[in-house]
Amino acid sequence: MAGRAFQKIYTQLEAITKATISLRAKGVTNEELAIVAGRLAQVVKIKKDLVTLQVFSGTENIATNAEVIFFGEPPVLNVSDELAGRFFNAYGEPIDNGPAPQGERRFIGGPSVNPFRRMQPSELIPTGIAGIDLNNTLVSGQKIPFFADPDQPYNQVMALVAMRADVDKIILGGMGLTNDDYLFFKQSFENAGALNKIISFVNTTEQPPVERLLIPDMALAAAEYFAVDKNEKVLVLLTDMTLYADALSIVSNRMDQIPSKDSMPGSLYSDLAKIYEKAVQLPDGGSITIIAVTTLSGGDITHAIPDNTGYITEGQLFLRTDSDTGKVIVDPFRSLSRLKQLVIGNKTREDHNHVMNAAVRLYADAANAKTKLENGFDLSDYDLRCLEYAKDYSVRLLSIDVNINTTEMLDTVWELFRKYFTVNELGIKEAIMNKYWEV
Amino acid sequence: MKTKGKVTGIISNLVTIEVDGPVAQNEICYIDLSGTKLMAEVIKISKNEAFVQVYESTRGLKPGDNAEFEGHMLEVSLGPGLLSSSYDGLQNNLETMEGVFLIRGEYTAALDSEKLWEFTPFAKPGDEVTAADWLGEVTEGWLPHKIMVPFAFKERYTVKSVASSGEYKITDTIAVITDSSGSDLNITMVQRWPVKIAVTAFRDKPRPYRFMETGVRCIDTFNPIAEGGTGFIPGPFGCGKTVLQHAISKQAEADVIIMAACGERANEVVEIFTEFPKLIDARTGRKLMERTTIICNTSNMPVAAREASVYTAMTIGEYYRAMGHKVLLLADSTSRWAQALREMSNRMEELPGADAFPMDLPAIISNFYSRAGIVNLNNGKTGSVTFIGTVSPAGGNLKEPVTESTKKAARCFYALSQNRADRKRYPAVDPIDSYSKYLEYPEIVEDLTKRVNHDWVEKVLHGKNLVLRGKEAYEQINILGDDGVPIEYHKKFWKSELIDFTILQQDAFDKIDASSPMERQQFMFTLVLDICDKEFEFENFEECADFYKKLINIIRQMNYSEFKGEDFNRYLEQLKNETDNGR
Repeated sequence: MAGRAFQKIYTQLEAITKATISLRAKGVTNEELAIVAGRLAQVVKIKKDLVTLQVFSGTENIATNAEVIFFGEPPVLNVSDELAGRFFNAYGEPIDNGPAPQGERRFIGGPSVNPFRRMQPSELIPTGIAGIDLNNTLVSGQKIPFFADPDQPYNQVMALVAMRADVDKIILGGMGLTNDDYLFFKQSFENAGALNKIISFVNTTEQPPVERLLIPDMALAAAEYFAVDKNEKVLVLLTDMTLYADALSIVSNRMDQIPSKDSMPGSLYSDLAKIYEKAVQLPDGGSITIIAVTTLSGGDITHAIPDNTGYITEGQLFLRTDSDTGKVIVDPFRSLSRLKQLVIGNKTREDHNHVMNAAVRLYADAANAKTKLENGFDLSDYDLRCLEYAKDYSVRLLSIDVNINTTEMLDTVWELFRKYFTVNELGIKEAIMNKYWEV
Repeated sequence: MKTKGKVTGIISNLVTIEVDGPVAQNEICYIDLSGTKLMAEVIKISKNEAFVQVYESTRGLKPGDNAEFEGHMLEVSLGPGLLSSSYDGLQNNLETMEGVFLIRGEYTAALDSEKLWEFTPFAKPGDEVTAADWLGEVTEGWLPHKIMVPFAFKERYTVKSVASSGEYKITDTIAVITDSSGSDLNITMVQRWPVKIAVTAFRDKPRPYRFMETGVRCIDTFNPIAEGGTGFIPGPFGCGKTVLQHAISKQAEADVIIMAACGERANEVVEIFTEFPKLIDARTGRKLMERTTIICNTSNMPVAAREASVYTAMTIGEYYRAMGHKVLLLADSTSRWAQALREMSNRMEELPGADAFPMDLPAIISNFYSRAGIVNLNNGKTGSVTFIGTVSPAGGNLKEPVTESTKKAARCFYALSQNRADRKRYPAVDPIDSYSKYLEYPEIVEDLTKRVNHDWVEKVLHGKNLVLRGKEAYEQINILGDDGVPIEYHKKFWKSELIDFTILQQDAFDKIDASSPMERQQFMFTLVLDICDKEFEFENFEECADFYKKLINIIRQMNYSEFKGEDFNRYLEQLKNETDNGR
């Protein structure tokens, strides 16, 4: 990143914390970048001539006489079609030994789309996974995270979804990725022969945590270029947003801010919303869809990070291992796609909504039956049928290794209904029953 | 002369300005960032330093940048053209903004100053008038829109002249009034009012005494809200807060709907933008959009304007109330507004209260809810603002500060339950935890008796009791097992399930079931209660379950059919057969 022609060099730091440095400087603007002892930093606080900067890669070994050079502008990304197929670090610098991309310099973290100019999302993104397509259908322009414990194969599922999705560009924002996972993504993109439509911004666990704060804005600046300027359908993958939020809390802590719930900064909701709300269906056909990962601790969704995320995103996909079948499934109870109502029953078959709801309700009855069983009670005939149904439903539909189209999914559910239940037990609208119950 | 100042410090959207003259708390100022004017509000003053919250991104701002103070608080423009408009939290018209992105420092006019309105005068020269008195009216969509003496006029005035019937722009003078000192004041169709101050230009504010229909069964039948009343909907994410609020907005018996999307998802507002212009209001046959104003400050828009958005919405509501209209104000979500307060309080390094929220949060919330109400206007007519807010409790825990503060302020509590949502029992309003204080108001009981049924409230309480008994029975069954309890327990449980599945649950996405008028609710609830009051004999608990499941299935089909239509009557017949044959 190049600076301006005539730069004043400051060499007297007044204060250093683990993530920030402060110095006296004049004419500095809010949020502008600087180089501190060769490391990238950004202005986060100005009090008269006392300027505080957050140093992305940490302040280890920075001395009070370190050189500080201000850039006069906030972080930028050079956007052009040259971004396609490339791998970058958090600063937008190539990490694939290729040349630096040329193009228009754009500030990252730019303005929001006028809500009045947005279009209602209406295009279904099929994934072949019934736990998603049947129960929690994805729509382009949606933002949705996977909620998963660290031992779940969330990155694999996300890569799978990305590869199957019919989009023009896939942008990976990796925050605190293990090197193994980074190589896994790289490998799957290569294997799918999809490298030319993929752009990656990656911060691995080997790199400083505060750097991660730049990743979502970098990825989304690239996404906006392709979606707004080129009218393309862009899918953005952000993993792992929990590590992003952790980095936020590090910085706010160093700036002596009063923490709110779970030691997270009070602005966590707004900070996350600024990222997720970049998901959009644009009037000219372009769209940005965001699929993220928020890792949980022991399935606890009341923690501030998943909790705030859930209030921002349009649903969540909950992965868990079904102990009865040993399969990793998309949990039908805790998962939700808020935008599914826009496509199911009109972009898919008319019985979709009815079938989906009845199937989940029966699965809930099975869960009740299971509790009864565990408590040592006798099971009724209905309970037993529910339990059998639940196993089939889990293996044939909820499991993430399923790959069939939506109509096949619906037919499978009807098949299970006929196998285990009576008409009254389904409680489905008669017009639908008449059409699909008998085959 | 305006007070001027220079920026001295910046932390995110909190900016300190050294001023050269007097400044007032909550005064508006504009900061000049290389030609772009950033609007800001004073939130604290210390000696000659003003702390302002900036309603825009402060990227690129630097110490020494100039600011100019406006001498007034945040105000909105009130006049014909508010309905069917979409504004941001500061009342900028989103529709007239250019480009796909919101450009910082770009402000648009709230009202169209070129549009002509057909004006009819009411007042005559010589009339004595005070603030909020009606001078004449124009027709906005299909709604009469009164042109009033501005709320800010505190004296008694004499009307000198009134414009004759004809077409006028909002800025044309439509009346001249004279104050006690003999000075003439020109009145146009537009007035300005500071949003943080309640409009009190009315005679008095009685206790709410009329029930307001929303078309949602679990509200109208079980916990009715009063016209001019207050309610709130707390619930964890994914429990259907927004779906419920949208349902209410589409069906409620109100003249004017104001929706404040405060710090929530943009796509939810897009849904309103897309659907409302197409939807027809069943009562008037007119488009829903014609009676709706949207104030939209989504979660990615500047945080400070989020706080302003609920006040802007309330002020517009109070304006229409002063015309004698029934206004329903919906805010989604008040928690985001509270969080905006927290972010600022935090940056100002104030000592925090619970969960780092500012100490005066309960006072701010109750003050806001108190602006709702039914009022007797100066001319003896009534107008009302009914307010329903949603609350997004952190972690779904109802013991957090925003929920607790709101509980003290709002009279209806519609608690959304994660457990019900997980089991897809929508709307997920918990029938046992939720309440309406209005059921204890003798005025409301009388109104319900008159308008719905002579023993309606008794029935409602009976129904609630059955649900509670059912829950108790269910817990016993869970502890002792199906066979471990007498069959009576199963009967109690299934009666509550019957009420749950046929009355409490409602399909917001089904054309017919989505809205249930009071006549229909009365019929269905009476029908279901009559079944509950019948005693049936069963051999075993499975027979009991099968029987009630069958009834549930039939009544649900009725809910999906046109009221008293052919299908409906056929299912009713079927139901009769089943209950007659039941032992």
